[in-house]
Amino acid sequence: MDPILIILGVLVLLALIFVWIYNGLVTLRNRVKNAWAQIDVQLKRRYNLIPNLVETVKGYAKHEKTVFEEVTKARSAAINASGVENQAQAENMLSGALKSLFAVVENYPDLKASQNFMMLQEELAGTENKIAYARQFYNDSVMGYNIRIQKIPYNIIAGMFGFGKEELFEVDIAAERKAPKVEF
Amino acid sequence: MSYTLFLIFFFISFALASIISEYFGGGYLGTAAILLFALIWMLFSYYLGDRAILAINHAKEVRKVDYPHLFNSVEGLSIAAGIPKPKIYVIDDPAPNAFATGRDPKHASIAVTTGLLQEMKRLELEGVLAHEISHIKNYDIRYMLLVMVMIGLIGILSSMLVRMFFYGRGGRRSRSGGYLILLGIIFAIIAPIIAQLVRLAISRKREYMADASAALLTRYPQGLADALKKIARSEIPMTSANQDSAPVYIANPFRSKKDFFSNLFSTHPPIMSRIKALEAM
Repeated sequence: MDPILIILGVLVLLALIFVWIYNGLVTLRNRVKNAWAQIDVQLKRRYNLIPNLVETVKGYAKHEKTVFEEVTKARSAAINASGVENQAQAENMLSGALKSLFAVVENYPDLKASQNFMMLQEELAGTENKIAYARQFYNDSVMGYNIRIQKIPYNIIAGMFGFGKEELFEVDIAAERKAPKVEF
Repeated sequence: MSYTLFLIFFFISFALASIISEYFGGGYLGTAAILLFALIWMLFSYYLGDRAILAINHAKEVRKVDYPHLFNSVEGLSIAAGIPKPKIYVIDDPAPNAFATGRDPKHASIAVTTGLLQEMKRLELEGVLAHEISHIKNYDIRYMLLVMVMIGLIGILSSMLVRMFFYGRGGRRSRSGGYLILLGIIFAIIAPIIAQLVRLAISRKREYMADASAALLTRYPQGLADALKKIARSEIPMTSANQDSAPVYIANPFRSKKDFFSNLFSTHPPIMSRIKALEAM
């Protein structure tokens, strides 16, 4: 057989392998981006629920000003945070603040029994759950991506086209345990 | 493994179609015509199958305002699995049970009984829902739908054959000899049984897989284990369930005796070994 044909064949094969690897990396990186967007959606939902919650609690517990201020401050800090690590920290602060808000509610049985509050509580608990699940999906995606770009031969192409490592969304476990836990 | 199953199904329906065609003296053209009709019938069943399954099990689509807790749990688990939120149905039945159906994650539905919603605590309900979400994510729902369609087809073809033998005018029987029809009859009786048995063995494996993926989604296998314990202990029989679609449920809605034959013909592994596997995780 003509050696030129063989060389040509090998080159075509290499090009195909290259395309396949590159496309795989793009898919994984987009999955990470999409997973982050999922977290973002849920975090925004939580930000939107908080003013309602604060207003409802205020109706019954006007005197607990410090708690309201703390929650409001933590909320705006979380909204303005950028970057995976800062965001994670701000979210931990917010969860802590919400926890003290729910502790205050314990002293107001009327509030606890009100339909409006119970609905908000279910919504908030559901959203907190979704944040946790979205974070889990994000971390799983990041893990898969990070492992892939470090493996041979993916690392060569990843290095050539700037596929960098992504950060995990880590939560301080102690703060996680303190997050308002709502049981029915 | 699944491909083997589909091949076996194809072979059985091909054989049934040829025997029917031979009976009428239709030859290869007759076989092709029967298989063409079978294909059209299968396409219809495949695309309308999930709606039919939901309807015969008396499942009704519900709104978020009526079941906020159920919706939040399903939405959360869909996010964790990375699939779109399935449609949510409720079956008015006191027996705790649930199933998922559909063609793919974009066309999927989850149905739960009111009994399940009443008896399960939050973590247990999430365990059950995670099991169903795993069936959707692993494309088990598509597999189940295809298998049901194919078993349905084999059922139709074999009963046609049996009817022809009992009520037929004779056709080519006198010329080609009774042995062909005798063979056909034996085959018509055995075929559905073979089809069922092959399906069951694979379906049980998929149940274990879904349990394991559910544990991965919730990161809390005990939740599903507790839910399965409650379901196993429940004495209430399910009245809304339909016999033909029983395999789609998380646990067999018709409680069976525990002997060798009910194990052989069961789509689900024994619930106790599922609990054991979950608790060992």
